[in-house]
Amino acid sequence: MLKIENLHARVEGKEILKGLSLTVNAGEVHAIMGPNGAGKSTLGHVLSGREGYEVTAGSVSYHGNDLLALEPEARAAAGVFLAFQYPVEIPGVNNTYFLRAALNAQRKRRGEKELDSMQFLKLVREKIKVMQISDELLHRAVNTGFSGGEKKRNEIFQMAVLEPQLAILDETDSGLDIDALKQVAQGVNLLRSPQRAFLMITHYQRLLDYVVPDFVHVLADGRIVESGDKSLALKLEEHGYSGIGASQPTGAAA
Amino acid sequence: MTSELSQTSATMRDNADVAEVLGRSYSAGFITKIEMTGLPPGLDEGTVRAISAVKGEPAWMTEWRLQAYRHWLTMPQPDWAKLSIDPIDYQAISYYAAPKVQPKSLDEVDPALLETYEKLGIPLHERAALAGVAVDAVFDSVSVGTTFRKQLAAAGVLFCSMSEAIREYPDIVRKYLGSVVPTGDNFFAALNSAVFSDGSFVFIPRGVRCPMELSTYFRINAQNTGQFERTLIVAEEGSHVSYLEGCTAPKRDENQLHAAVVELVALEGAQIKYSTVQNWYPGDENGVGGIYNFVTKRGDCRGDDSKISWTQVETGSAITWKYPSVVLRGDRSVGEFYSVALTHHHQQADTGTKMIHLGKHTKSKIVSKGISAGRSSNSYRGLVKVEKGAEGARNYTQCDSLLIGKQCGAHTFPYMEVKNPSAIIEHEATTSKISDDQMFYCRSRGIAEEDAVSMIVDGFCKQVFRELPMEFAVEAKKLLEVSLEGAVG
Repeated sequence: MLKIENLHARVEGKEILKGLSLTVNAGEVHAIMGPNGAGKSTLGHVLSGREGYEVTAGSVSYHGNDLLALEPEARAAAGVFLAFQYPVEIPGVNNTYFLRAALNAQRKRRGEKELDSMQFLKLVREKIKVMQISDELLHRAVNTGFSGGEKKRNEIFQMAVLEPQLAILDETDSGLDIDALKQVAQGVNLLRSPQRAFLMITHYQRLLDYVVPDFVHVLADGRIVESGDKSLALKLEEHGYSGIGASQPTGAAA
Repeated sequence: MTSELSQTSATMRDNADVAEVLGRSYSAGFITKIEMTGLPPGLDEGTVRAISAVKGEPAWMTEWRLQAYRHWLTMPQPDWAKLSIDPIDYQAISYYAAPKVQPKSLDEVDPALLETYEKLGIPLHERAALAGVAVDAVFDSVSVGTTFRKQLAAAGVLFCSMSEAIREYPDIVRKYLGSVVPTGDNFFAALNSAVFSDGSFVFIPRGVRCPMELSTYFRINAQNTGQFERTLIVAEEGSHVSYLEGCTAPKRDENQLHAAVVELVALEGAQIKYSTVQNWYPGDENGVGGIYNFVTKRGDCRGDDSKISWTQVETGSAITWKYPSVVLRGDRSVGEFYSVALTHHHQQADTGTKMIHLGKHTKSKIVSKGISAGRSSNSYRGLVKVEKGAEGARNYTQCDSLLIGKQCGAHTFPYMEVKNPSAIIEHEATTSKISDDQMFYCRSRGIAEEDAVSMIVDGFCKQVFRELPMEFAVEAKKLLEVSLEGAVG
């Protein structure tokens, strides 16, 4: 589904990604772990098309197409979803209205029929039940005045409604207490399917106790320095990131 | 801030083709071909007398106008607003223009005129008329028709053109005209008092709740013509009325002058809600043409427990100079001002309100939303004045500015004069721009740039749109979208 090859990217003239390669197949859950400043969030932003991130070398193919050539909204319609580390507030814009506009914009771009308000309401009702989102959240303005946990839950709820094929979760676990973390993890688990892939960017391994990944990668200094299964995350927990980078001869020092 | 702003403008350049395709479309910019009669350009006492004569006005009215004219001659054009205005040649303007055939009733109205209003979405024929909204249609200097008059008359509501009111209800007009905005109030009000040609008159008798929305639709059509309308609304004790005005004009290269005066009088326990959707031609993207909109609007809460509420959505005009105000004379009276002012390209707006607290425990609320795009300049100017006797007066002001792009300006000029120590005045102001974060968030969810901007702007204006009657809120929202086309992208 997603093939990243030798990706180099710059932000404000500074090279952050330095030859990152990664392949993700449908149905897989990949965890990207790494120390602060390694380039984890940059990866998420480059994949979803944020302005200001300049790709200097390498390629990203998504379902065989050049993902980097697409505008952010076209990537969204193609099934790429980024759950933000810091979800953005849009005062005065109703959460449900926003989500319906987003879903219909995506459907329209894909040549599908837009949902009318009744159809959309039905869909939202189903999803809030599954995601255990309070009704009240739907009537408020997008992320405005939401608590940290509510914002993250709202991201997962949006994901549930938009049903992406490739979901990138950027530190969705950060700032959550254990109960909120469990709720968010449960939401993610419910959305796991053979057609959908996840890229979970996280600093800590505790999220991985609840959403068990198929693969764990360590991102350090702009590239993937080690890959493994769930046990790698536990190893990291024990020894920290410093040990990993040093054990790799071709690693972070380059 | 600066670097963020330049990033936004870099984004805009990248999408210059999108901006080109969209451009700005002003759908009300067409010209109606109709035989007109009027006065040649120029202004002197003869002009004033001629206007009064063509309207068949009584002598007191002619004298009232002349007094205003003489006062006007002594006044300089105000220059305190944050506006740059090319000199206006008051002798080059025609002060009266009207369709040649004056209809006696709606059935006799020239089909070209009916078509004009239909094109603007305001059908005048009663069978097609907007349900539940009575319309007075003012075309250049005269009212061409008023709908639903019979139904209103049955409820005791008087709704007609000002010219007709002067002839038919001289006692009411004489009692209230100029009682809120005196003839010499300011330069443009004095000019209006001298040469006003038409406008709407509304009288709601004691205890009557007006059975439908009342509205006036102002249309400037003739070239080199100024529009000087005069509106008077009187709500007697315990009565209620909701009134809406809309305005459009054809696209022309020269600037045209519109100097209106609106007076509202609310007696004890009366409520007046006055909404404006102003979409005069704003000029083109290079700032050529457009209406000069110099308007004096003031309401007088003359009785205890009365309430006057102004809501305005200002998207048109090359220049807007307008401060709908409320004099809170009666005890416990309430004044409100809700405003959305949007400027794009080279438009300039200096708008706001005045809340004058005279009575005890009077309350006022101001919510102003300014949106600037392109190279426009948008200023809020507001005065909250609490006089000595206004025990327990309260004011809340919220004043937000939204910037789109980096070449526009937003300014806030709040004035406060408080002479009673028991008054409580609150003022909140914010200036923000549509952030890159917000844009990216919307786009990452699949929403295209232009749609994201309208959505964010709509959210920004929500508090004001909520105050508009339902169908006009929808209209206002669409208007903002059209007005912002090409602002980002």
